[in-house]
Amino acid sequence: MLLALATSALVLLVLLWQLALPPLRRALARRGGASRPVAQDGYDPGRELRAEQRARRLLRSCVNEEEWTMYRDLGFLRVWGTQVIAAADGAPCAYLIYPHLPIVAYLPQTGVLLGEYCVAFPDHTRPYGSPHLPDSDDVLVKWFALTADERGLIAGANMHLPGRQIAPKRLRQDLARLALWESQSSWPLARSVGGLTQASVA
Amino acid sequence: MKLLRLKPGHGEVVLAEGDLAVPEQEAELIAAFRRELDAGMCAAVPTTTALGRREAEMVKNFQDVPRDAERVIFFPRAAGGAR
Repeated sequence: MLLALATSALVLLVLLWQLALPPLRRALARRGGASRPVAQDGYDPGRELRAEQRARRLLRSCVNEEEWTMYRDLGFLRVWGTQVIAAADGAPCAYLIYPHLPIVAYLPQTGVLLGEYCVAFPDHTRPYGSPHLPDSDDVLVKWFALTADERGLIAGANMHLPGRQIAPKRLRQDLARLALWESQSSWPLARSVGGLTQASVA
Repeated sequence: MKLLRLKPGHGEVVLAEGDLAVPEQEAELIAAFRRELDAGMCAAVPTTTALGRREAEMVKNFQDVPRDAERVIFFPRAAGGAR
């Protein structure tokens, strides 16, 4: 009797194991599959952080000191434009550069948002799986393009109305933060240069 | 002069470094410059105006690079964001 019960229990265990095995394998495969893309992508937070630190040092060495301080304090960079806006009585515009977001054109005198210029600098060699440059390198490249070839950049970018990718509320808040930052900063040269640029073009 | 290239996941990478006054080193710089342009990169030279403002200049030929430039920075060509 005991032997029969033990044999039945053993058979039951084997049957249950056989039933449980496929779902278990699928679950393991799912878990393996979930981690595989990360492994293939090769994303390494430490490496990305080091890349960003390197990029910040390079950005600082290329842009003007007040621009670097602006980026460090506010997370974006303002560049004075030379394009005059006919609808604004020929006043020049300025641009806000955010990492991996469109360049935003606005009128510094009034704070009116003019448009978003969508432009990207993808590296298709994808050395570590991603085509995106570190944040500060992306800002630097946009700064290069705007200071050296504003017309070319604007002509090649896709222009959209404000609010397509960056909420106008956020932009207005950033412009207010910028105004406050400028009123508190010790960059009289930056403000006077900006003023001269506006005055001379207008 | 240093030729640098911006790379995802890394930051800048030194491609070549040399003295323009040394013909062999200048030739190496020119070769590296051409390689990057052929690979579809753009080149910018950080500059400083007479008033001390920092600016940048885009260059398409090595001859356009100011002889006293310390760095030429290569980066991927712009693509109009599709989003």
